[in-house]
Amino acid sequence: MYDTEQSPGPARIELPKSPTGIQGLDEITLGGLPGGRTTLVVGRAGSGKTLLGMEFLVHGALEFGEPGVFVSFEETPGDLVENVASLGYDLNDLCERNLLAIDHVEVSRSDIIETGEFDLEGLFIRLGYAIDSIGAKRIVLDTIESLFSGLTNTGILRAELRRLFFWLKDRGVTAVVTGESGEATMTRHGLEEYISDCVILLDHRVDDEISTRRLRVVKYRGSVHGTNEYPFLIDETGISVLPITSTGLSHTVSSERISSGVERLDAMLDGEGFYRGSTIMVAGTPGTGKTSFGASFVNAASLRGEKCLYFSFEESSDQIVRNMQSIGIDLAPHIESGLLEIHSSRPTMYGLEMHLVMLLKQIRERQPGVVVIDPLTDLIAIGSTKDVKVMLTRLIDYLKTNRITALFTHLIHTREEMAPSDLAVSSLIDTLIQLQDIESAGERNRGLYVLKSRGMGHSNQIREYRITASGIQLIDVYVGPAGMFMGTARLMQEAKERAEAQARDEEIAARQRELELERNALEARIAALQNEFASREEESQRMIEAESRRQKMIDAGTRAIERLRKADDDKKVQATRGETGVER
Amino acid sequence: MTDAQKTTGENGEKWILRLYVAGQTPKSLAAFANLKRICEEHLAGRYEIEVIDLLEHPQLARGDQIFAVPTLVRKLPPPLRKIIGDLSNTEKVLVGLDVQPRR
Repeated sequence: MYDTEQSPGPARIELPKSPTGIQGLDEITLGGLPGGRTTLVVGRAGSGKTLLGMEFLVHGALEFGEPGVFVSFEETPGDLVENVASLGYDLNDLCERNLLAIDHVEVSRSDIIETGEFDLEGLFIRLGYAIDSIGAKRIVLDTIESLFSGLTNTGILRAELRRLFFWLKDRGVTAVVTGESGEATMTRHGLEEYISDCVILLDHRVDDEISTRRLRVVKYRGSVHGTNEYPFLIDETGISVLPITSTGLSHTVSSERISSGVERLDAMLDGEGFYRGSTIMVAGTPGTGKTSFGASFVNAASLRGEKCLYFSFEESSDQIVRNMQSIGIDLAPHIESGLLEIHSSRPTMYGLEMHLVMLLKQIRERQPGVVVIDPLTDLIAIGSTKDVKVMLTRLIDYLKTNRITALFTHLIHTREEMAPSDLAVSSLIDTLIQLQDIESAGERNRGLYVLKSRGMGHSNQIREYRITASGIQLIDVYVGPAGMFMGTARLMQEAKERAEAQARDEEIAARQRELELERNALEARIAALQNEFASREEESQRMIEAESRRQKMIDAGTRAIERLRKADDDKKVQATRGETGVER
Repeated sequence: MTDAQKTTGENGEKWILRLYVAGQTPKSLAAFANLKRICEEHLAGRYEIEVIDLLEHPQLARGDQIFAVPTLVRKLPPPLRKIIGDLSNTEKVLVGLDVQPRR
């Protein structure tokens, strides 16, 4: 019967494992339940034990080629078939194809009387028969503790159960045994004493009127496993456990950059935008256009041809599309082409974990490049801060591991200048962009700054932005000696500056003109003085010439006198001439 | 080890008893001996015992919802009753089978 070994388990030295096919559980257990051994699943009524067992068998039969036997001690086969039909499993079909056998062991004390020694060989024979009839590799006993309610001789029962688990191991089938949670012991009748290979605890808690299912692997002999409590949900596709693919911070990072969809915002981020795989938060007070930033981001991503997921907790898909059209972002074609999917749901619809598990499910199925959660605040509102941090850490880890860039919007309720640092998650965020209402001079303007952005030299300046018919536009704010101005105040201030500048220009021109005049005047005076000097020079010249003429005439007169006196001695003439010269 | 005895009782009431065992273990042999003795004492002539060895007919365990052996099933008269064990306590067996002990 066991010659058809089809176990897909990897041939490692490690313990062989039997994958459950349940989303997330195989990741926590690093491959599945211990193959050929017995796993105890403990939980209260309604915690999903039966479903877990059934999924283990159905997935085993359909995906891993391992037929299974479901032994029910509580529900009748008819009920079982009906209960899982809503999950899309057709048990009757599986039974017909010899992939599944259901045996209902009815234990009711009312029509049973015990007298003397007995054993459970009958049960062994039934199980053996069922296993052999379809060559089962898996078996589920749900809930074997029912035997305790039907039989009073617990001494025999306990001995027989011990024998049963050894027997199951001997048969080499991978077994799941379910048990009800007990008060003092883990299970009501202490089944954990007998099953020591693997114990999984299911819990269903209600906090603040919101129920959350949690799963924990209490022990797993011979294998490492995740030890945390993991939330899980049961929806129309069965159980999915919130997967933790990265338990550490070992994800590889990318230095690839992607645009934020707002040109000048990219410029503020080192000129290139966000890192791929980073987590971005856009935080702002109401009406600061957080959704518009989200839409710009997915629009840009869609235009690049990336798959996008947009989770909205406030607006419906149609409403987002309509509203974004008004600012020139047309998301409709992206939705039609299948690149963009918008999921809208009310935050109060489920508990926090349920929401996050659903987010992860969608993300897992679509494998998008970009995810937007708008706003994250609503999720935070439905859980305690601690829970939120734990959950978001897991979500962000998952996104980072898969190199999905995520943009969360966050609503800040108070008007005061407040960074969302009180928010438990801000430390998980790589890039934090703060949007802010700035009220002054009777109007409200929008300001933006990059509070932090890991791994890049981002701008430290505040920018004003306007949401226009052609998207979000960033403008430099006016920063001057008179302070910071935005909006019309900025325009007025700029006008004032211009006027002042003009006035200064005019004054300079006037001064120049004045100077010119002064120069002209001085130059005129210089010319006049020069003229005066020239005329004086001329006069002096004339006087000098007149004097020299007179001297000549005197000389001439002297010589004439000498001639008349018949002076013969030249020397005498000379001396005379000298005497007269002196006299003059 | 099928064994059947058949006789008609005084008021026509017929007892059909089925004993499920798994092999000839001391327990099953004891159960059969005990049953036979009780029947002879209290239901002489109006009972029928059918012994089913589940090792030979495992598929029959399901029909009568057998999980422990030995199990005695009172098929007739209705309602169906089950007694688990080697039937060593005659009092309990009589109560279980709803047989009025003969005095």
